[in-house]
This record gives sequence, C-alpha cells and structure tokens, in this order.
Amino acid sequence: MAVSATLDGEPILLFKDIDEPGLNTLGVYEARGGYASLRNALQMSPEEVLAQLEASGLRGRGGAGFSMGKKVSFLPKGTMDKYLVCNADESEPGTFKDRELMQKSPHMLLEGIVIAAYAAGTSRSFIYIRGEYVFQADMLDAALAEARDAGYVGERILGSEHSLSLVVHRGAGAYICGEETGLLDSLEGKRGNPRLKPPFPAVQGLYQGPTLINNVETLATVPTIMRLGGAEYAKLGVETSTGTKLVSISGQVQRPGNYEIELGIPSREIIYGLAGGPPEGREIKCWFPGGSSAPVLTADDLDVPYDFDSLGKAGSMLGSGAIIVVDDSTPIVDLAMKLAKFYRHESCGKCTPCREGTNWTVKMLERIDSGEATPMDLDIMASVQEHIIGNCLCVLGDAMAMPIGSMIAKFRPEFEAHIESRRLEPVHA
Amino acid sequence: MTPSRQSVPIDKGVPRFAHGSRVPGWDTPADLEKDPATIPGVGGSPSVEVPAELRAEIEAHMALYPETRSASLPALAAAQRVHGWCSPEAIEQVACVMGLTPADLAAVATFYDMLETEPVGRHSVYVCTNISCSLCGADALLAAVQEAVGEASDGESKFNVRGFECLGACDIAPMASVDGVYVGPLSIEDVPALLDDVRAGRPVLPEKQLARKRVADPHANTQEFPLHEAEGGA
Repeated sequence: MAVSATLDGEPILLFKDIDEPGLNTLGVYEARGGYASLRNALQMSPEEVLAQLEASGLRGRGGAGFSMGKKVSFLPKGTMDKYLVCNADESEPGTFKDRELMQKSPHMLLEGIVIAAYAAGTSRSFIYIRGEYVFQADMLDAALAEARDAGYVGERILGSEHSLSLVVHRGAGAYICGEETGLLDSLEGKRGNPRLKPPFPAVQGLYQGPTLINNVETLATVPTIMRLGGAEYAKLGVETSTGTKLVSISGQVQRPGNYEIELGIPSREIIYGLAGGPPEGREIKCWFPGGSSAPVLTADDLDVPYDFDSLGKAGSMLGSGAIIVVDDSTPIVDLAMKLAKFYRHESCGKCTPCREGTNWTVKMLERIDSGEATPMDLDIMASVQEHIIGNCLCVLGDAMAMPIGSMIAKFRPEFEAHIESRRLEPVHA
Repeated sequence: MTPSRQSVPIDKGVPRFAHGSRVPGWDTPADLEKDPATIPGVGGSPSVEVPAELRAEIEAHMALYPETRSASLPALAAAQRVHGWCSPEAIEQVACVMGLTPADLAAVATFYDMLETEPVGRHSVYVCTNISCSLCGADALLAAVQEAVGEASDGESKFNVRGFECLGACDIAPMASVDGVYVGPLSIEDVPALLDDVRAGRPVLPEKQLARKRVADPHANTQEFPLHEAEGGA
C-alpha cells in the first residue's frame, strides 16, 4: 500500500494536502477519498474493525498513550446506552495539533468518530471542544451539518444498521476538562471535577453508561488505519509506538509549528532538523518533550528517539506530543514560576495535595524570587512535589510535580545561585 | 474565575473578599436575598421573565442531550451573550428555563474561565501568557494592551483584557484571542491597530489571523496551495 513518502522518507498521513482550500467541505474531502474508509468499515463486522484497530497498535495521542484498540475492547458488549466522546479540549500548554486538524480537515475527525463508534457499538457521540476554539467549533458544526445531510451521521448510516448521533459541545475554559472524568462531569453540565477511578469510563462514564473517550488525533487516524489496514499501519514507527504523530513545537525555536513525524526518529532531528533549533547564538537549556506536564530533558537528551517508551526510559514522557524548547536566556526560576502558577490556577480544588501543593509551590518560588529563601527550601519544595504524585484522583497535581521536581533535580545549582543573588540584592526590599 | 480581591483590613491584614471570607463565595453572581435552592417558577416560587430568543436557544441546546442538565454550559454562554456577563438575573433566567436551582448554575459559572461573574467590557481580549507565549514576550504584550486600554478599564471600558492560560496557538506566539479570533505573532507595535480594528468593528489584523496560516511542516502538502480566507469577525 502506498504511503506518500517524502524526501526524508517520512510518511505524511494526516497532513497530506492539509492546506488544500476547501478541504473542510464535504465535496473536496470526498474527492480526496474521504468517507471511503467508512464505507469499507460498514461492510465489515464491528469485530473485524476492532481487530484492525488492535492490529494497528495505535496508542492514544492525547497524553496517556493507552492502546486505542484495547480501550474499545473494554466496553461491555450488548445493547445498552453506550457513548463515544471525542476529547477536543486541547489545553495542555504547548499543544496545538488538534486545532490544525479540526480547522482544516474536520471531516477526517467525523469519519474517524463514526468508524470508532461502529467498532464500539455506541449510538451517541459528543465532541467536547474547548470554548476558546470558536473558529474550530464553527468548522466542526458546518462539517457536521454536511455529513448529516449526506447520510454519514444520523439514523441508519449509508443504509446499514449503524446509527449515530453527534453533538459538538463547547466548553467554557478549564484545563481540568481535558482530564477524561473531569470532561465527563463538565459534559453533564457540572463543574469539571475529576471522578474516582475505577470504575473507568469504559465501564461507567457519561450518564453512568460505558463510554469511549479518545483524543482528536487518535480518532482522526482511524480512517487512515482502515485505508492502509492495521498491519500495514503498524509497520510505520517503531514496535511499541506505531504510526505517525503530530508534534507541536513551540517556545524558543526558529520555526515553531505542527509537524507530522514517524515515531522513533531522534528528537534532535525534530528540534533542529524541522524546527530549526533555538535562535542564532543561543543554546538549548531544557525542553519539554510532551507538553508542560512532562519532566524536562536537557541538551544531553537530544538523541533520545521520539517515541512513547524511549522517552519514558529517559525519565520523561511523550504526552500530547508538544515540544517546548527553552533556551539559555531564560532563568529556570521564571520557568518554574510560570508553570506552578498555571497549575495553581487550574487545580479544581477537589483533592488536598494538588490544591495545597500547587499553592505552596508558588509561595515557595515567590520566596526564592524575593530573596527570603534558603537552599533548604529547595528540599522542602522537592518533597512537596513527591507528596503530590500519586495522591490525587487525577494527574493535574502530578503534572506540576513532575516538571518542577525534574527542574530542581537537574538545575539545582542555578536555583541555589538565584537564591543567593536575591538574598544579597533583594528585589522587593 | 477569581473576583478581584478587595482588601478589607480585618485581623492580621489577610486579604479578604467583601463578604469577609478569605475564599471567593458565590455571592457575587447570585443575590443573597433570595433562596438559592428554589427553582424559579416551580413550587410557588416567582417565575422570571426570559427573553423569547434566549429561551428558544436554551431549549434547543437542552434537546440535544439525553439529560437536559448537560446544556448548562451552552445555556450560560448564551445568557452571557445577551446580558454581557453571568449576572444574577442571567443565572435566574437560565435556571427558570432549565429547571435547575440558581445555585447549581452559579457553581458552574464560577468554575469556568470564559463565564464572567462580574460585569466586563463587551470585547474580550485574551492575551495568552502561558509558557510558550511568555518565552516569546507575552507578559510585555499583556502589559502593553492593558496600558493602551488604559483608564477606562473600570467597568466603563469596551474591553475585557485578561491574561489567559494556553490558548492552543503557540505557533503564533505571542498571541491573543480577540472576541474569539486568534491573532499573532503580535508585537507591542501592533497593539494600537488591534484595538482600533475592534473599536471600528473591522476584522482584527487580517494579515495576522491564525486562519491564514499554513502548516509549518514542509512535507505536509504535495503542492503549493493559495492561502486560506481569513476568519471573519469583528
């Protein structure tokens, strides 16, 4: 099966002709082979579609990297109210890949949702899109209206037994609603507080029914998998991280933006080869490989292959695939402060370690910045981070604790120098 | 959504809200004189007037979900478009249509950043100040926008300028969302033109709108395509 290979042999699947004018409309999308995967899938049994998804080895693109096929198979069989929710609440700092897909190729996402819903046996689905993405939500609504008129969404799709309703639900600005159970509460019209797991959403999710929740990119990849075949797709990338991944690169690099890469290529190739590296005359100080929640890596880790397991072994994670590059002109204390303030603002307040831990981390960092701290405060701060990890219902607290903990571990001399210089010359005297 | 802290000097000078508590209550969006646990128009409690268009919009949202409560976010957003913010009046109206208590809805409204629980200017300018944007100078940009909007900022202003968490457009950092339209990368020199465009009701900085931006990946397209049309909006 032909994969459009490029100069460097990187296959381009999701981004093939993404900038074609009108790709967001049904006519152009169909002319480019759109909805053919859906027609094929509806000829197969749901079990066969599921087998293709499992064979593809596709891992969730939202952050946790859980196998998509397995997730679908966890849903109980039989006739009951089951739901599919597409997580389009892309709010992890540094991540903007789903935005590009929804804005330019919304039908690809819709097609993926209909196929995934067929495999999972769900008849109701929702796209939870963050409220800030006004333009993208409008694009989805317009595409949905077209798809409904053409019979791709609704009752008895293309004459088959499969029916699916789809609603684009706009959020109202809360990072925590990207967490799957927080998202479900928000979708039910409440505050977006995460729930205790288990029961996992696949067993008891939206309206207490079994619910499949997947990221935009994961679902948008489904039509491609059906087109290529699961086994063929699995040949891309490396053994435990198959396929291509959209990577959002931002921060202090020359060419920030979205790139589609084959998983497993060296990180250096992405940061220097694609994004052009840091501005002239500067060096990389540290970089987040998977959004601001991932522990930072340094210039020494640039040769780590960019895939789920290699980054895990290097002490970080692939997360949402958002690389944030920080060069040597930025003080590490400022970076830590920015992070901690963000998580303090976004903590929902349900679990004490996260609510208090994020707050006290900010206070300790402020003390460091105002010259009232001693190097011992770094140990206290590190221990606060340790006590957040694993002690909350969701991983928002961990998402602050891991990067801040890694910064203290890797840049301790700089923290100490900062404390000392501010102690000698207090700023807010 | 943190209401502005008014420092009321009680013991130890701890900053407190006007109601004397150190945590934000929900007295700002709701009227404390009323019982928040009653649904307007149900069980003998007085009903409230709801504009017909708003009622129709909320009911249309409610019809989309298996449980009508799911519509509370779109319903509050609709009420905010009518009233300018989630005022006690707006929350009462939504509660009346949805059959929820005002307290339920006030709890929701205070949770989400885009639902305003205090009166604000009509035009929102959200300047992203998260990591990627601040690495590219977002804090100075926010200060410049705030300064340009200036004195009129005390309730009379047409603008609602806020530093916002990551808006998901780090490729055009530093950026801002102006009434929902993403523009960037912005420099401080762009600020007067940006505000003028909003005041005049024109599309904001058309050349800098996100919708016109191509994917950065050089391998993404098999051919050169013309630029997308810019986002509309005023």
